[in-house]
Amino acid sequence: MNSKHYLARSTAIAARALGDETMIMSATDSTLFTLNEVATVIWGSVDGATPLEDIVANEICTQYDVAFKAALEDAQVLVEALVGHGLLIVSDKPIGQAASMVTETA
Amino acid sequence: MSALVQEMVGKALKLGIPLSVQLDLTYRCNERCIHCYLDHHDHGEMSTPEIKDLLDQMADAGVFYLTISGGEILMRRDFFEILEHARARTFCIKLKTNGVLIRKKQAQLIHSLGVESVQVSIYSHRPEVHDAITKMPGSLRQSIDAIRLLRGHGIHVIIANVLMVHNAQDYAGVKALAAELDAQFVVDPTITPMMDGDRSILSLNVDEAALREVFQNEALVGNVEEFCAPPPGVDEDALNSLPCSAGHTACYVSPYGDVYPCVQFPLPSGNVRHTKFVDIWRHSPQLNEVRSIRLRDMPTCSQCTHGATCTRCPGLAFLEGNMRGPSYQDCEKSYARTGIPSENLKKRKASTRPLQLIQICAEAAPVQVAEKTTSGI
Repeated sequence: MNSKHYLARSTAIAARALGDETMIMSATDSTLFTLNEVATVIWGSVDGATPLEDIVANEICTQYDVAFKAALEDAQVLVEALVGHGLLIVSDKPIGQAASMVTETA
Repeated sequence: MSALVQEMVGKALKLGIPLSVQLDLTYRCNERCIHCYLDHHDHGEMSTPEIKDLLDQMADAGVFYLTISGGEILMRRDFFEILEHARARTFCIKLKTNGVLIRKKQAQLIHSLGVESVQVSIYSHRPEVHDAITKMPGSLRQSIDAIRLLRGHGIHVIIANVLMVHNAQDYAGVKALAAELDAQFVVDPTITPMMDGDRSILSLNVDEAALREVFQNEALVGNVEEFCAPPPGVDEDALNSLPCSAGHTACYVSPYGDVYPCVQFPLPSGNVRHTKFVDIWRHSPQLNEVRSIRLRDMPTCSQCTHGATCTRCPGLAFLEGNMRGPSYQDCEKSYARTGIPSENLKKRKASTRPLQLIQICAEAAPVQVAEKTTSGI
């Protein structure tokens, strides 16, 4: 990951904060995941418009005693895992608000 | 329940979060099932904006598992608008429907909205039996058509087979049908009283012999020896245990906005038309009373050898008149399972009341037993 990376949450998930953690279920296979406190901060900051690099700098490095480079590397590993499970979408451009999940009305 | 889910439930319990809610959108229905516990007349269902607002409140309160049920959910013309709103709030959604109104378009929409599972009630593989129970000619065929459409989209379908005197011998046929349709199968020998307390439909419950047959069926309960083992007795841990998740991490909301500990526990605890959902959840005296109850607070059950392993439903106990008392129907179930009478049954030995069977719980069984409550999460 060399350039800025913009993130958006998949619409095919169920998710809820539970204390300082987050539970996420993939709608494709009902697999349940939990994110720890730091991963929850990143998840909560994902808006399609803020690059991962800024999330790490502004949300992680300011709240936790960690160097930017190390934090970014960890965050990239997390993002790759979440993308791999279809929970996150990543792009080198800002991601617009997700389209409606239904394309037609009942 | 997986270890991860168990961990999340434990955390929700500690934090006082309503992790799981069943929301009935309507009590109206296109079937007239002979065992149904609902009054199908519309007494003032919540409007679309009211339900959307409630969904927002529930999401903010931490609800993750949302079961949307009825009545027949597709009797509401705004069903997909509600479902879309619920998914936008990222609930994990399970639908309960008879499937009769599901066509290609509805199946496609349910798929596109990322519903976790759809539960369809099938009473028999024989149309004459199923349709006689639903009182709707052609309903079995229509429900099966719906299941095929849903499965065609890869949607996880659960076939719930409620047993009663009319279909007591048909579960094997329904199980085979579920296998053919590539659907999950759950069996539930549970006929519950009507929500208004009317117990007349309990006469539909299968008899003890039929229930024993279910309990002795390895294909349904897994390890029969383990499932039917004599209870280990009650220890300190058991005395401090919670009866079930009702009111602890789960609750139920009716189409009229009434909040109850569970769909099977009709203790009015507030109404979301007058009070915010989270305020009812946190401060309702009724829910707080339910939360305070431990096995040690139940005079009869705490002395019963089945106390630690009984599937006692506090809602059924409530409907029998005392939420701290035994549920006679669960006593019968424990007896049918183990052959050992409960304290309550011993006390009522002289009673001529017929055995009436309610719910079994076979968490470890390969075929799960359906949850009537939201307590399965």
